Amino acid sequence: MDENTIICRCSDVTLKEIRELISQGYVTYDEIKRLTRIGMGPCQGKTCGQLVLREIAAATGQSIADLSFHNIRPPVVGVKLHLIAEEAEKHED
Amino acid sequence: MKTKADIVIIGAGISGCSIAYNLAKRGAKNIVVIEKSFICSGSTGACGAGFRMQWGTEMNCRMSKFSTEFFENANDILEYDGDIELRQSGYLMIANTEKELAQFKKNIEVQHACGIPSRMVSLDEAKEIVPHLNTDILSGAAYCGKDGFLNPHKTTDAYYKAAKRLGVEFYTYTEVTGIRVENGRIMGVETNKGNIETRIVVNAANGWAQGLAKLVGVELPLYSERHQILVTEPVEPMQDPMVMAFNLNLYVQQTPHGSFIMGRSDAGEPRDLRITSSWHFLEEMAKTIDKVLPAIGKLRVVRQWAGLYNMSPDRQPIYDKVDGIEGFYVACGFSGHGFMFGPVTGTVMAEMILGLEPTIDASRLRLSRFAEGNLFTEPSVV
Repeated sequence: MDENTIICRCSDVTLKEIRELISQGYVTYDEIKRLTRIGMGPCQGKTCGQLVLREIAAATGQSIADLSFHNIRPPVVGVKLHLIAEEAEKHED
Repeated sequence: MKTKADIVIIGAGISGCSIAYNLAKRGAKNIVVIEKSFICSGSTGACGAGFRMQWGTEMNCRMSKFSTEFFENANDILEYDGDIELRQSGYLMIANTEKELAQFKKNIEVQHACGIPSRMVSLDEAKEIVPHLNTDILSGAAYCGKDGFLNPHKTTDAYYKAAKRLGVEFYTYTEVTGIRVENGRIMGVETNKGNIETRIVVNAANGWAQGLAKLVGVELPLYSERHQILVTEPVEPMQDPMVMAFNLNLYVQQTPHGSFIMGRSDAGEPRDLRITSSWHFLEEMAKTIDKVLPAIGKLRVVRQWAGLYNMSPDRQPIYDKVDGIEGFYVACGFSGHGFMFGPVTGTVMAEMILGLEPTIDASRLRLSRFAEGNLFTEPSVV
């Protein structure tokens, strides 16, 4: 595959950047995320997560099932802050 | 894994990595850093990514000035192949009561005595600096243009790589299970991957520091509590400085990447090691931002997370060796600002451990100050 392929569409991270970090010893999703912002954007890793895990698995010989993904944190999809504020205020008093 | 080391540091956040680097740079050899997860996986990696010199105690002002001057040149000094993303676009501290404003004025006197270029600004000027700020609810503001943003993951990575090049060994996914003490002296560290003989142990575990100290029967006057943060989708640049408020309970900054990172404190958090996310925080944060900076309320939150503050009684760190256990050092109790104090932490601890003349006098941050009743509480912490 072309190494300039974008793996993370939220933060424009390429396959080359991922492979370079793996070769430097950053072999968990969490470490790669923190150095590249992969999985930190609006998709929260829903698009790129499996692709990164596949690269780690291929490079380290582990099975994808044995690798850990980042913690799933709220919200599930992006929500405008003022909508949350308005809803919260409605339920007060 | 090595079975012998001269110095074992526990914790590979900014503090542990900076201590390791500073020791190695001063010629110490045979240094090991033990981390139960990966590098920067704890409090540093969950922090708000800001650094400031606008403090209320002279000690914090001096330490943050020292650290800021290091950050300004850190890419070069640490010979980093990446970028720590330093951006000195200021901190705007906002007050909504006369009492808080008076505190800002007092703080600025302390800051000026330390050579920090902070100043009071009018609400008109505050509005020029941050056009979407709702100044109707404010009484005044203070500003320092040399405060700013710094990427915690990259900064810790820069220290980690520099320390590694100087020969420091890092054992990640390795958990300390015991610390061996004989006749009041450190003899070794036990981990789930093997034991290491050593005469010096440095506790740089922040949120886990008091638990670690208990392994050798030492009670540190610290507790840990969850502090939550959220981040929005990235947008075009629209806010230069961090906006911070103690009474309104808020800090919010646009990162160079474009997202906004914001947090606030929650009263009544349990004193434990939980870092789960709560709906309550999301609601309170959304209400605060909508009131103070309504334009940011139009953005989507994409993730919330949490990290641990390791709180000391006067909200300032402890840098010391522990009486009664020779070779046991502590650098903890950062109370939410350990990341931005990384450079001074490494320098103070390395000089203390190696018996060198201190570059900066941090003796006020000794452990015994609590028993002596010699506290000097930092007033300006979110």
